[in-house]
Amino acid sequence: MLKLEKLTKVYKTGDKALSDVDLEVPQGQVIALIGPSGAGKSTLIRCINRLVDPTSGRVILKGVDLTGLGARRLRRERRRMGMIFQEYALVERLTVMENVLSGRLGYVGFLRSFFRKFPQSDIDEAFRLLDRVGLLHMADKRADELSGGQRQRVGICRALIQDPALLLVDEPTASLDPKTSREIMRLIVEMCRERDLAAIINIHDVNLAKMFVQRVVGLESGRIIFDGAPEELVPEVLTQIYGEEDWEATIETVDEDDDEEADA
Amino acid sequence: MPTSTKANGVKAWQLRDRKGQLLNWAMWMGTAIIFYVSWMKISDQTTWFFVYDAPRIAADISNRAFPPRWEYVLQLGKPVWDTLNIATLGTIFALIMAVPVAFLAAQNTTPSKIFVRPLALLIIVSTRSVNSLIWALLLVSIVGPGVFAGLIAISIRSIGFCAKLLYEAIEEIDETQVEAIRATGASGWQVMVYGIVPQILPAFAGIAVFRWDINIRESTVLGLVGAGGIGLQLQSSLNVLAWPQVSLILLVILVAVVIGEYVSAKVRGAII
Repeated sequence: MLKLEKLTKVYKTGDKALSDVDLEVPQGQVIALIGPSGAGKSTLIRCINRLVDPTSGRVILKGVDLTGLGARRLRRERRRMGMIFQEYALVERLTVMENVLSGRLGYVGFLRSFFRKFPQSDIDEAFRLLDRVGLLHMADKRADELSGGQRQRVGICRALIQDPALLLVDEPTASLDPKTSREIMRLIVEMCRERDLAAIINIHDVNLAKMFVQRVVGLESGRIIFDGAPEELVPEVLTQIYGEEDWEATIETVDEDDDEEADA
Repeated sequence: MPTSTKANGVKAWQLRDRKGQLLNWAMWMGTAIIFYVSWMKISDQTTWFFVYDAPRIAADISNRAFPPRWEYVLQLGKPVWDTLNIATLGTIFALIMAVPVAFLAAQNTTPSKIFVRPLALLIIVSTRSVNSLIWALLLVSIVGPGVFAGLIAISIRSIGFCAKLLYEAIEEIDETQVEAIRATGASGWQVMVYGIVPQILPAFAGIAVFRWDINIRESTVLGLVGAGGIGLQLQSSLNVLAWPQVSLILLVILVAVVIGEYVSAKVRGAII
């Protein structure tokens, strides 16, 4: 469904963030993209919906090559890709409902969106999604009144109301505590299963990734150096991706910490 | 070197080394000399007789100005109203013109950094650098004396001020919120309305009342050059040496400014 061919990004500064990345994501598959900071995970995700323009290579979503599109066609295609951000990226001074409905901006005209006159079907869907993530009572609150976990739920609603075929998820749990992190990951994966959505999830926390996804892709210095099932992610592979470290020990301690906080 | 070792092996420390110490001393000395020379120059060019006389004259004028001519206040209603209108409408017009200029000037929203941005910055600098009294002087000769000239003078003077503060606010917005809206497939205008405007709205409101507050004070003097408002009365009273009227006008201006300041402080407090 999504296919990346020889995707390369060189920044103006000369930094090569991605080099010849080939990746294929079938319908409904959830992928975790792991790798050290600066490996190009964020760039990869942003090259897919062209928040960052790739230098060369192709991004093909359901047969449409996104790399060559003009502004208008690109906006139409972006509707098919929901994005979820690390720091939630909600518009802080708008209400929860406005934030969720902003996911429909690609479908409604300027004047309707300016006066917040969204079609009834969008409003129904927004309420349904807010109910699904348990925030129905928060609809009229301003986004900056919410806690981190609640904000990320609103971010998930905003991405899903686009009716996307693909979710691009950039470090969804990096600013959350371990318990909330798991809840959010569980929610994203459940939603993908319900709607048969594919997702690419950038994630730092290898163990969290292993808990929830069917496939892990390891990125290092802009190259894919691992692509396989979570079980294949043995210490040798982690060393290859992240560098030398006592993986067994760190993994265990991290896990214990997580469990304790989850129980609390 | 601030740290040095003495003969007996103890490590000494002082803020400046010998060179820094000398330089510091020389700079203070230079400042003192410049101050002394300037003082002498001013003193030579001052007619000290007038200065010695100043307290007596000041006392004389305040004697004549007191008590204020209270019944004159009845004639001031209209000029004060004009002054307030100049300030308020001038601020509104200025904001209407400043908003597009600010968006063209901000690094992250300008359509072109090479052509449009310098033009917008030029508008900001040129309107800001000329005092509103001078704008009024020009405009009185162009559009004729009256409230209209004052109104235009105030709005032109305020464009640069408002646009500058607003474009700085636009440059400080959180780009990830904008990115998130763009990622939904929103158009450029939608990104502006959903991603940028909510973030700069508090700054905008703050700038508006702040400038309104300044404009009330500025518009009280515009009448001096014939551009309407209470300054007109002030000038005619000064011309005929009607000191009791002058003192009353100053009192009325004071009250108007205090009220303006109170209102803008309240509004700003409510927003921020």
